[in-house]
Amino acid sequence: MSVQLNRVLIYADFTGVLCSSVEQKIYVVLNETVPCVRLLNATHQIGCQSSISGDTGVLHVLETESDLDWILSSGPHPPYMVIMETAFFNRSVMMRMKNSSRVAGVAVIISKTGLADNFSPHTTCPNQNTGVYSESYGSDLANCNGTVWNPLGNGLSYEDFSFPVFALKDENQTQVLRKCYEDHNQRVNGSAPQYPLCAMQLFSHMHAVTDTVTCMRRTDLQNRFSINPEVLCDPLSDFNVWTSTRPLNNSAKGHAADESVVIAATRLDGRSFFWEQAPAAEGTVSGIVTLLATIQALYPVTQEAPPPRNIFFSFFQGEAFDYIGSSKMVYDMEKNDFVIDMNNVHSMLEIGQVGLRSGRSLWMHSDPVSRQNKSVDTEVSEEEGKLSLFSHLTVDHPSVSQPLPPSSFQRFLRARRIPGLVLADHNTSFTNRYYESMYDDAENLNVTYPPGLTPDEQLVYETDAAKSLAEVATLVARSLYLQAGGEEKNLNNITADPKIVTQEHHISSPHDSRPGPPQFYIGLGPRVHGPAHSVTRFVQYILANLTGTVTNLTESQCQNPSELSTENKDLFSYFWVSGPASVNGTREPFCVRASVRLSKAVSPAFELLEYGSRNYSTWTESRWKSIRARIFLVASRELEVMQPALVELTETKQKNISAKTEIMFIK
Amino acid sequence: MTLAVFFGCAFIAFGPSFALFVFTIAKDPLRVIILIAGAFFWLLSLLLSSLVWFIAIKASNSQDLTLQRGLLIFGVFFSVLLQEVFRFAYYRLLRKATEGLAAISDDDGSAISVRQMAYVAGLGFGIMSGAFSMINILSDSLGPGTVGIFGDSQYYFITAALMTLALTLLHTFWGVVFFEGCEKSRWWVIAAVVSLHLLVAGLSLLNPLYEGSLPPVYVITLATGVWAFFSSGGSLHSLSALCTRRKAEGESS
Repeated sequence: MSVQLNRVLIYADFTGVLCSSVEQKIYVVLNETVPCVRLLNATHQIGCQSSISGDTGVLHVLETESDLDWILSSGPHPPYMVIMETAFFNRSVMMRMKNSSRVAGVAVIISKTGLADNFSPHTTCPNQNTGVYSESYGSDLANCNGTVWNPLGNGLSYEDFSFPVFALKDENQTQVLRKCYEDHNQRVNGSAPQYPLCAMQLFSHMHAVTDTVTCMRRTDLQNRFSINPEVLCDPLSDFNVWTSTRPLNNSAKGHAADESVVIAATRLDGRSFFWEQAPAAEGTVSGIVTLLATIQALYPVTQEAPPPRNIFFSFFQGEAFDYIGSSKMVYDMEKNDFVIDMNNVHSMLEIGQVGLRSGRSLWMHSDPVSRQNKSVDTEVSEEEGKLSLFSHLTVDHPSVSQPLPPSSFQRFLRARRIPGLVLADHNTSFTNRYYESMYDDAENLNVTYPPGLTPDEQLVYETDAAKSLAEVATLVARSLYLQAGGEEKNLNNITADPKIVTQEHHISSPHDSRPGPPQFYIGLGPRVHGPAHSVTRFVQYILANLTGTVTNLTESQCQNPSELSTENKDLFSYFWVSGPASVNGTREPFCVRASVRLSKAVSPAFELLEYGSRNYSTWTESRWKSIRARIFLVASRELEVMQPALVELTETKQKNISAKTEIMFIK
Repeated sequence: MTLAVFFGCAFIAFGPSFALFVFTIAKDPLRVIILIAGAFFWLLSLLLSSLVWFIAIKASNSQDLTLQRGLLIFGVFFSVLLQEVFRFAYYRLLRKATEGLAAISDDDGSAISVRQMAYVAGLGFGIMSGAFSMINILSDSLGPGTVGIFGDSQYYFITAALMTLALTLLHTFWGVVFFEGCEKSRWWVIAAVVSLHLLVAGLSLLNPLYEGSLPPVYVITLATGVWAFFSSGGSLHSLSALCTRRKAEGESS
């Protein structure tokens, strides 16, 4: 009786709302599910798929090599639902699972215990087909012929699995699964476990198949001919965030007269094997934080002593998926549909992965092919010189001629050979051992606090990581100022504050109001998910805070500023913010005017309706109806088959007797 | 737990009653009407007793588990008593109807005897009772899982089906015996039926101790079946006549 009570208590926490009480006796619904979904591009589908009515399998925990043999060959109760320990989530094991017919699905335990020294599910050569290097441009550098950027990449994110793969992030939920396995499925002295066995069912049926071309064709057919159209997939889309030191007229598209612009850029997104999981600390957050600190350091000086050139800061969304944001911006520039065009661009400085410097030098990467042109070469060398002016931080360029790392700058180079540099903490291949994976979190960035600090104290404590990034930000800010033609005498006023950096670092760590760090996956944008991704909004508001001015407009004026003659909706955007909380909890809202804007980040392939495009990103995400998981017991096939046999017995007897009722009862 | 279990349990629970319906009732429209009206009377009794139980549940403290169990037991016994009251009410209704049926029939007598009406009424009660016991469980047996993750017995579905079968047959036999007792004014028969029904309901509360509930219920079913056979006019002689008739048919063919 007590055993049963224990079980009821452990499982009772996990049953969701079920309809009937018999159903409640059978199923334990798992609430915290993190699936792997299907993504499609012009030619392939990647990700995971389950059957339409879910995939069921007997649970087995994969902890040792003998477990692997049991699952793949010797176990008597296939198909199995594998609970995979962290150490076994690698390419060789997953490929063996993929090729086996005895695996119904995989649930991966995500934890730091047993984590290998490196894990990157991305490819070894990110975005190799949509960068600048191709057969016609630097063919000896294309496809990572010279330098392999992500040698630790195992390409798992780009494989196509025909069974569902879920991630188990919640420790309590994993404990429930382990308990069920230990109670029913454990092998005793090597012999097979007896029925009834614990089983799990995973639902993650994806509607889209084959590739984007097929999926968009079917969606178009649905939209045209069906009364209730069923959309099968959506293009990945969101917004880029941009701002400039001198406001640009947003309604005047095309070439901006008398504007020479230095672009400072970084990326805003990341990804991992699982859906909407992308902590991307070293891959993305380090760049965002550095650029924000740069803006904070640079902005006041550019208002007091404006340099001749404008400085344009841009955060590109969707760079993990073949440069969605930067290709869209370049496309708009070439079509004269943006505030500036390629003729306005003087040079570019991009901030790549800069978080794992750990006291060493920073590297400046440039494109050797465009530098074959003398004038471009001189410009780039000048730009490098401006970066090397400061002795407290060493900056080097790679000794051998190697291509640019994957960066938004490559898309600008495809349009025009402009001088530019990419800053990174790596010389040849990435120092990030967890590139585009779920383990690229604050711990990977070595953000550590001394023990015993309260959360408020942590908010202002200057970690080593913060100080390191602040140094990079100072360097970038000063060199941008020089690049824009500013005078050297103002340089000492440009310093990034590590306190600001450490506060911004909190966008990479868990917070009270939300369960876990923010995720940087691009998502599906305004049509599907509402206004803009939370991270995009967050960066937009921080920029407005750093670069904007407080006005004394009322709320209605703030929302319709064109009615006032002193305000200019073309040059600025207006935000009605709720303000800081005062002592007694009330807030005084006010209107902020800033030159921060969002620009649409959807691949030009979807505007041009070229779904099979080789030049632009064609990534779409499939739609689905329900994604859930549940566990229960299954009985043996013998028991199942025995019941119809019983029926046969009763039926034959019945027929005999009923036919004879008249004889028995006639009087 | 998949289609095999669904069909297996459905046929175990409803097979015999379905066969009885097809071979003995379906051809005669009058019997069909009496069957459906009987089912309706059972439904009425269930509605009223569940209303009482529901009000009792809502008015009580839902956290007090012993109180809830006590209320369940009370609800079960109250429902049994109400079912028997409605069986008696149906008997009175059918008696009144016999005179009317005799008036409109072609023959001198009634188109259907009281004994046949007893059997049909009992079967009607049994089918509806079985449906309400089993349908909910059947729909959950279609899924891939079986009962047991919280420690319950894995034989839940099949024992539910067997219990339903027993109850259906019991209602049929009780119908025969009850009507016979009312006809002959033997009130001890009615008391016996009510006590047997209470006993079977009480035994079902022993679940999940299936060894304590199923065998006794089947013994009772068998005993009641024999009682119903003799009560409705069968005898050992007619049984032997059945066998010789069969033998004779066998020889002549």
